Amino acid sequence: MRRFTLIAIPYFWLLALFLVPFLIVLKISLSDTALAIPPYMPSLDLSEGWAGFMAFLTELDFENFVWLTEDDLYWKAYLSSLQIAFFSTVLTLIVGYPIAYAMARAPEEWRPTLLMLVILPFWTSFLIRVYSWMGILSQEGYLNQALMSLGLISEPLIILNTNIAVYIGIVYTYLPFMILPIYAALEKLDGSLLEAAEDLGCSRASAFWLVTIPLSKQGIIAGCFLVFIPTIGEFVIPSLLGGSQTLMIGKVLSEEFFSNRDWPVASAVAIILLLILVIPIILFQRNEQKQREAEK
Amino acid sequence: MAQTVFEPWNDPDAKPIIQFKNVTKRFGDFTAIDDLTIDIYEREFFALLGPSGCGKTTMMRMLAGFETPTDGTILLQGKDIAPISPNKRAVNMMFQSYALFPHLSVWENIAFGLKRDKMAKDQIAARVDEMLRLTRLEKFARRKPHQISGGQRQRVALARSLAKAPKLLLLDEPLGALDKKLRQDTQFELMDIQEKTGTTFVIVTHDQEEAMTVASRVAVMDHGKIIQVATPAEIYETPNSTYVADFIGDVNLIEGRAEQDGDKVRVAWAEGQPAIVGTTTRQFDKGQTCHFAIRPEKVAITATKPENIANAVKGKIHDIAYLGNISTYHVALPNGHMIKAQAANNRRLSRRSFTWEDDVWLSWTDTAGVLLER
Ligand SMILES: Nc1ncnc2c1ncn2[C@@H]1O[C@H](COP(=O)(O)OP(=O)(O)O)[C@@H](O)[C@H]1O
Ligand SMILES: [Mg+2]
Repeated sequence: MRRFTLIAIPYFWLLALFLVPFLIVLKISLSDTALAIPPYMPSLDLSEGWAGFMAFLTELDFENFVWLTEDDLYWKAYLSSLQIAFFSTVLTLIVGYPIAYAMARAPEEWRPTLLMLVILPFWTSFLIRVYSWMGILSQEGYLNQALMSLGLISEPLIILNTNIAVYIGIVYTYLPFMILPIYAALEKLDGSLLEAAEDLGCSRASAFWLVTIPLSKQGIIAGCFLVFIPTIGEFVIPSLLGGSQTLMIGKVLSEEFFSNRDWPVASAVAIILLLILVIPIILFQRNEQKQREAEK
Repeated sequence: MAQTVFEPWNDPDAKPIIQFKNVTKRFGDFTAIDDLTIDIYEREFFALLGPSGCGKTTMMRMLAGFETPTDGTILLQGKDIAPISPNKRAVNMMFQSYALFPHLSVWENIAFGLKRDKMAKDQIAARVDEMLRLTRLEKFARRKPHQISGGQRQRVALARSLAKAPKLLLLDEPLGALDKKLRQDTQFELMDIQEKTGTTFVIVTHDQEEAMTVASRVAVMDHGKIIQVATPAEIYETPNSTYVADFIGDVNLIEGRAEQDGDKVRVAWAEGQPAIVGTTTRQFDKGQTCHFAIRPEKVAITATKPENIANAVKGKIHDIAYLGNISTYHVALPNGHMIKAQAANNRRLSRRSFTWEDDVWLSWTDTAGVLLER
């Protein structure tokens, strides 16, 4: 009985905070737009009992999903989100790996401080940090001022409201999620393995490719998923830093909800997004499990 | 045909494979290796023995190329190895922790070094199979290191370091993690492999029994210096200092004042006790402080005073350590000094001749012990 209660708590949590909202969104996605509040129908009327429920069911349909396939805005937005998420993940990896490596190689007494510095940005609001990037990247921003005063450019660069700004924002925001798992993997790496590789004839560089990279693979994979998964649905960064040509599904979703007030279509968009995310999430779980097994 | 004895260190024409020449290694202001000079010869099984922290690993790491001497030179076959990076040295090391690559199978671990040499595929396969056979690991070739036992891992590490047929193999406490039985088996296996491959082995150990078992010569180290280098038998029978005598095996050490007469020395060591008579080739000044060292198994224990023996003292049995095949008797002399004597237990326990509080005589000949200056 006690065991049952223990297991029940997380399941209840999932039920209340994930499954129920999911069912509500699913239901809305199968409904029709209506101009009252909430702006969709049918609504479930339980006073008529079972018959009312059946009547309600028959009114649900896949209209909204069909609509998504007809307007190319949506699949373009999905593809563009995937693309931006993919390249951001690669960029974050390129920036994050050397940082994680340097941290893992730093003298032991420095490491807690370095870890602190990586986590430090979380102490201020994410929104404020994204806004401050607007101040840095705008045409009169600090970056352009600095470059111009150094004489490197004569005209201010246009970065804000382009995809470049979105990439910068995403890499900046998600960097800790890349660094931490890679650092965890590299910190565990036994230095004598690298010496053994050298002893057996590897140069420093080939020891890195043949030993360090494979042994930090789990960390790299975990970091990539931790960046890739939330980036696909990212909304704040593309809407604040991106321009009109930045197409991301999170932005489309919020426009459907708040500008068009078409909740059923918005819900359909969200359901598809969820389905797209299920694949990398399952892969991520597999990776975590494999890692746990390897550590046993 | 008489078998020639393997002792190149006594042959003035023999060329050492390794020479340490006044090598000093400092970490900051800490001296880990202190002005060390030593020659190691081809096909030797050379053991470095010493307490933890005396610089054994540091010596190995300098040979492998992971540390550079602060002063002095190390020669490998007559050539200074300082400018050669670790991956270019014909030296392989078996790490204390084995350092097997966890992401590679046993087979790939052994092939790792061969692949770096750009060897042909079929040659690599042949060599790896040979190593697997040598270390009896054929059945485990496809397993990952975490899927095999500690003893098997240790053999993989050995196979991997032997695969490239190095001129010199360094073994840093290779058997430390094994239990006693497996360790003994592996020691004989190591000697066997060393004989078959003809590789020069340098082994680090802090287990004196292990050093005695496997080595052609043993170097006893302390605080970055080598105190004595000799064959296991010489180290045991004729240690050059009380440190070595005490480090290797069990010993009774008695301090006294020397009085030499030819090769005989009388050591006056306590009021009311007869002087100890020993034999030596050294010279002691009259009244010089000296140490008489004698192994417990060379001290005879009897109930009555033996006749015609150079040294005999009376005492009372204070303690008996029963070790199965032998027993060690701790005998207290009237002046409180404790002397250990060992006797084989060739009778059953119940019929043992001595027990606690028995009065006994301890005796030894004048050649049974050694006289040491320090
Ligand atoms: N990289 C290093 N930095 C500072 N001190 C070191 C370093 N490596 C070894 N030492 C010191 O040198 C001494 C000898 O170490 P080591 O050769 O590992 O001893 P052991 O005989 O136990 O193998 C030890 O006191 C150790 O603390
Ligand atoms: Mg050591």
